[in-house]
Amino acid sequence: MSALLSIEGLGIGFGGIRAVNDVSFSVRPGEILSVIGPNGAGKTTLFNMISGVYRPDTGRVVLDGEDVTAIEPHLLARRGLSRTFQNLQIFQSMTVLDNAVAGYHLRESGSVLADLFSLPASRRRAREAREGARALLARVGLDRAAEREAGNLSYGALKRLEIARALALNPKVLLLDEPAAGCNAVETEEIDQLIAEVARSGVAILLVEHDMKMVMRISNHIVVLDHGEKIAEGDPATVSQNPAVIAAYLGSEEAAHADG
Amino acid sequence: MSELLQFLFSGVTVGAVYALVALGFTIIYNASDVVNFAQGEFVMLGGMITFAAHAAGLPLPLAAISAIVLTAALGVAMNKLAIEPARGAPVVSLIIITIGASIFIQGAAQIAFGKQIHSYPAFSGDTPIRVAGATILPQSLWVIGGAVAVFIALWLFFTRTLLGRAVLATSNNRLAAQLVGINTNFVMTLSFALSAGIGALAGVLATPITLTAYNVGIAFALKGFAGAMLGGMGNPKGALVGGFAIGLIEALTAGYLSSTYKDAAAFVVILAVLFFMPQGLFGRKSTDRV
Amino acid sequence: MKISAKSATLLVLVVLVALSPLLFPSNFYYRVGALIFVNAIAVTGIVILTGYAGQVSLGHAGFAGIGAYACALAPVHWGIHPGLALFLGAGISGVLAYLVGRPILRLHGYYLGVATLGFGILVAMILTNERGLTRGPDGIDVPDLGLRALLGELGLSLSNGQFWYFFTGLCMILGAWIALNLHDSPTGRALRALHGSEVAARTVGIDVAQLKLRAFVISAVYASISGSLLALQNRFVTPDVAGFMHSIEMVTMAVLGGVGSVLGAIFGAAILTLLPQVLTVFAEYEHMVLGLVMILVMIFLREGLLPSILKKLRGKDE
Repeated sequence: MSALLSIEGLGIGFGGIRAVNDVSFSVRPGEILSVIGPNGAGKTTLFNMISGVYRPDTGRVVLDGEDVTAIEPHLLARRGLSRTFQNLQIFQSMTVLDNAVAGYHLRESGSVLADLFSLPASRRRAREAREGARALLARVGLDRAAEREAGNLSYGALKRLEIARALALNPKVLLLDEPAAGCNAVETEEIDQLIAEVARSGVAILLVEHDMKMVMRISNHIVVLDHGEKIAEGDPATVSQNPAVIAAYLGSEEAAHADG
Repeated sequence: MSELLQFLFSGVTVGAVYALVALGFTIIYNASDVVNFAQGEFVMLGGMITFAAHAAGLPLPLAAISAIVLTAALGVAMNKLAIEPARGAPVVSLIIITIGASIFIQGAAQIAFGKQIHSYPAFSGDTPIRVAGATILPQSLWVIGGAVAVFIALWLFFTRTLLGRAVLATSNNRLAAQLVGINTNFVMTLSFALSAGIGALAGVLATPITLTAYNVGIAFALKGFAGAMLGGMGNPKGALVGGFAIGLIEALTAGYLSSTYKDAAAFVVILAVLFFMPQGLFGRKSTDRV
Repeated sequence: MKISAKSATLLVLVVLVALSPLLFPSNFYYRVGALIFVNAIAVTGIVILTGYAGQVSLGHAGFAGIGAYACALAPVHWGIHPGLALFLGAGISGVLAYLVGRPILRLHGYYLGVATLGFGILVAMILTNERGLTRGPDGIDVPDLGLRALLGELGLSLSNGQFWYFFTGLCMILGAWIALNLHDSPTGRALRALHGSEVAARTVGIDVAQLKLRAFVISAVYASISGSLLALQNRFVTPDVAGFMHSIEMVTMAVLGGVGSVLGAIFGAAILTLLPQVLTVFAEYEHMVLGLVMILVMIFLREGLLPSILKKLRGKDE
């Protein structure tokens, strides 16, 4: 199957320092591709370029055959790219349900006038989005917390809520930035299964994650970054045997995970 | 030709005041990301307190110094009582707090000094100096000289002293500054004191020409802000250049277009900057961190 | 507790508007009531802009000025009925808000504050200086709306005070209904979402700049209608309606009562409109009180008076 998302020679510098340099790879539908590397390797910066938050100095991002380099995040969302954040970006003062419904924005938004006067069209769209959001919350195990204020949830639950919100867009490509960070073993397991299930439904998943066990378990393909450069690429078994990768991780605490 | 020169003289004079207000904005903005809408009130207080102290019998130089010191103290109080307790509040809240402080100071000034227009004698007499067919008041030279002196002093402070560098470090990265042992609270206090003091100095110097009243602050704030934006938010050199530019634009508008709408010039500049170059002349593009 | 927040708010407003006159000691209070309702309309617009979308305007009185002078000038110069002039003013305000807001709302939050501050001052300046058109600072007469006479012919005769009380009360309830619809609608949810996290809002496909612009335009229309109703009711208007202090009053009312809640903001409008009527010394200290209220509420009661009180009450129930 052909690539859904291709990264071609992407690079960016901040004040003379190359944070990411000439990185290329591609993801196919249903594939889970993980980007790993020591802290400061440029993983989140790479994500921010792919999702339109930063404008790359060099290279292209191609989504479904179209060049989408540096287009605004909301337009990327319209083309089927959705993401979560390393440091949670939740609508804290809204309910859990409203957070998930917000993910339906593209499908539920219509005329402002209809919204102002609460016309049947507006109410119908809102109702459909609510029903869809409830189903999604059930899928991530948050249906019973639907009416609670999102700010009161546990960290692991917020991580799942953020994934639910990203799924509400019905994305073709899903970028997950450390979905299991700060979660306990049980929560990690739940997120694990959720990601595998989403991939099975045909979504291309791009993952940044520090939990090496999880990465090795669920990835089809791994790209390794170090100092902003791609140093290795391949399936989990190949990558974990690669001398350059082991060297990059040597001395850092992830080394233990990478070996195990 | 002499007419143009005359307009330029008056433009540079008011421009110097706007440049000082813009500098005040910049200092606080750099130290804390707060846009202080009360900046213009410091100018008003500088003039008002000098007037009151002078009227009470203090010699003019002493009255002027007491005005600057008192206003700087008020700036510190504003930081401690209104800004610090709201640390971490969203931009909306900070805008409302500083505009609230502005209105509060206006109200207090109205009660303390009345609604009349006040002034006091110029420092070096009122005999205009003739230059190439145009005239300039000695007080204008005081204002322009004051702005230049403040700018040089600030430049020396920020580049040559340890404390000044600490302030700069804080404005670059608050957390990093804390980690290397800089007392960022003190830096904030210092910024408000400096900024209020500079505003007051502008008021002290300009009042013999521009006169003062309890409600002049907002206009100064708006124009100083226009200057800061034109120069590029956060850039001291930009603030200075922008402030003078606003003064000149205003004087030329008054001279050649309409004296009634000279005050509109600042607003038009703000809109033009926002439309065509939001980073201003010397500004840098900012990126939100995720 | 099956009743929705929207219905509850509307019910409270209807009951208050309908029953308050029973407590009025004199006809004068119909006037005070109408003044509260007119302010409440402008403040409801502020709730949409500041409470929902998280943006601050320091020049909304400029739009009120446009609404007010549309009702004063359009009937005289173009022969438009004063009632239609209200809609004309609202249209002009909306278009101006669009033009001013479009470049600004792409930028950081405080730029809107500065630009609107300048805009409001500019409108007040034009209204004061264009004497040929507006008669300058002394003000100008506004034609009669004619609705009271019409109602009289239909057999419903009301005193002037009573008519304006009930008419503006009805407008306020209508305005509250629209704002509450918006809150629960897809657009309202998107506004609250961008208020919570602009970055996240973008990634779910929300066009942040465009939505803020919509909120700004809608709130400008509210301010304009409020200005029109004030002018039509007083049959007279001065440039003060567009003045800086009027803008500040609007923000303070909303913030005091609770800028995130329609009922709260209307409550704030009622308090700050009543205060000068009850306390005559208030006039002298108005600036200081408004400034102090803004600071204190933002530090200690960020949600505003009414939501904080309700939270306390609910806390005791449990």
